[in-house]
Amino acid sequence: MNLANLFKIALRAIWSNKFRSFLSMLGIIIGVAAVIIMMSIGQGSKESVRANISKMGTNLIMVRPGADMRGGVRRDPSAMQTLKVDDYEKINAQKSYISKVSPEVTSSGQAVNGAKNTTCSLYGEATDYMDIKQWVIQEGECFTDEDVKHSAKVCLIGKTIVKELFGEGVDPVGKTIRFKSIPFRIVGVLKSKGYNSWGMDQDNVIIAPYTTVMKRVLAQTYLSNINCSALTEEMTQNAIDELTQILRTNHKIAPEAEDDFTIRSQEEMMSTMSSTMDTITIILVVAAAFSLLVAGIGIMNIMLVSVTERTKEIGLRMSVGATGLDISNQFLLESILISITGGILGLIMGYLGTKACALFNLPTSIPLWSILVSFAVCTLIGVIFGYFPAKKAANMDPIEAIRYE
Amino acid sequence: MKEDNKKVVIELDNVKRDFIVGSETVHALRGVSFKIYEGEFVTIMGTSGSGKSTLLNQLGCLDTPTSGEYYLDGVSVRTMSKKQRAKLRNLKIGFVFQNYNLLAKTTSVENVELPLMYNRKYNAAMRREAAIKALESVGLGDRLYHKSNQMSGGQMQRVAIARALVNDPAVILADEATGNLDTRTSFEMLVLFQKLYREGRTIIFVTHNPEIAKYSSRNIMLRDGKIRSDEPNGNILSAEEALASLPVQNDD
Repeated sequence: MNLANLFKIALRAIWSNKFRSFLSMLGIIIGVAAVIIMMSIGQGSKESVRANISKMGTNLIMVRPGADMRGGVRRDPSAMQTLKVDDYEKINAQKSYISKVSPEVTSSGQAVNGAKNTTCSLYGEATDYMDIKQWVIQEGECFTDEDVKHSAKVCLIGKTIVKELFGEGVDPVGKTIRFKSIPFRIVGVLKSKGYNSWGMDQDNVIIAPYTTVMKRVLAQTYLSNINCSALTEEMTQNAIDELTQILRTNHKIAPEAEDDFTIRSQEEMMSTMSSTMDTITIILVVAAAFSLLVAGIGIMNIMLVSVTERTKEIGLRMSVGATGLDISNQFLLESILISITGGILGLIMGYLGTKACALFNLPTSIPLWSILVSFAVCTLIGVIFGYFPAKKAANMDPIEAIRYE
Repeated sequence: MKEDNKKVVIELDNVKRDFIVGSETVHALRGVSFKIYEGEFVTIMGTSGSGKSTLLNQLGCLDTPTSGEYYLDGVSVRTMSKKQRAKLRNLKIGFVFQNYNLLAKTTSVENVELPLMYNRKYNAAMRREAAIKALESVGLGDRLYHKSNQMSGGQMQRVAIARALVNDPAVILADEATGNLDTRTSFEMLVLFQKLYREGRTIIFVTHNPEIAKYSSRNIMLRDGKIRSDEPNGNILSAEEALASLPVQNDD
């Protein structure tokens, strides 16, 4: 029997049991839709995390004091104080693959304006920080290198601070707030950045010259870290090598000794985050894939019922000349058609489901390969779970089958 | 039987068929030999347990003998594989069953086309043409596209006969083909079988109803797996006359 005839027979068999066929398809539909939705949420989250990380700064490279923990040895706490202003000045003087550099000291505490107060982070930075972290001044202007030099008590504040300490619609530029009882004159307001991907409010910040924060607020001589921008994205590795070189020389580290600082680039953070997201996506998809397995068993069940129900038809077909192969092909094609049709409907449902998720602000993006994979999986399910019932049909004895009641 | 100039369609030579049921061996056929010539209308009769179903399965190539030889159209069936026998059935045999065995929710034409679906030499147009011709020859030219559930028993059996004719078989095997029909419709079927007989078809009609033997050209009686009698019918009754003499049914 040729393929066109087989198709006709299989389609008719499916159509004559519309409701039952649909129910057995439903498993596949739900399974495929679930896989597609899970994959698209996974992919979407990954893309959104990457976008968030790249928003953190321009070709950002961070230098932190202390080495990574190696071989289970806890790092020396004194190593946390190894980054000094001198390191920053050396980098600034010798840099060639680095465009911007800013030392950073951080503190957190209470900011006060009259009777109002709020808890926030205070960052001590150089003026380059604005470019490294892509901060935009919305009102007023940035503090100057002159302010940094003289440890001036000036600051920039984020939108959240404006809201908490002054209320909406008030221009705070020129006013003074206190952080840990030190008065700071507000010279500018930062444009809102919103929440980052870890749920931290990026607008709840005060940025002041690092000299001011070190001397007047923290009274410390070491830096929390140093932020740099590579000249271009491609030069990131050169910049890291350069930084390592400068810092090792400056810290007088022997050639065989380990670094007493850690350098991480934005790229590295992205790949770390991406691989975390990948793991989550895999877990979600595997869970959804189990529903496809269950759907396959459902199809096998319905095909077995169908074979038994149509024993007489099988007997008739055999007695007029159908071979076992003809019969098994007929049932195999039927189960493949059920699962592929289910797969296509599942794709449509998955697509609509993804759109629905997007309405609830879930980041989604359907990867093309997920469509191809689910299609292939459906065909495979049809073959695997249709094989046993088809075999059963093909092995029937025509004498018994034709007289089956 | 003595017509040696005629072509032999079926030849059984000491065919035996044993079944093993548990620890016992049941001898369903205990050495059956006969020849059927082209153009004969043979009734095979016997009570239940006489071995006639087993014989029918042998004749229809649905089963193979335990010993002995069966030649269909000159070909030995005993050593054939399942696949070869399926092909042989497709080309040489037309089955008519007691309970019609039509595909449900399927039109007459498509039911009749079924055997040709398994024959690669036929394309869709040829199948349709052959099916229409077969349906016309059984008097259903006006019911080509009726579905099987929209027809009476007699009409369904006519479709089944058309299906048996469509591949132009060497032999038509009817298994109690009138068993599910009322007297009048049974005679209508016999009229049809006699028409096919006159057209030169070879027909084997398996039945337990002795009445039918009066309308065939030869009657083989089976008992306990052996042939008890094998006689030509010198006085073939006309089914048409018998049908005419039946009291007219009062449908009121």
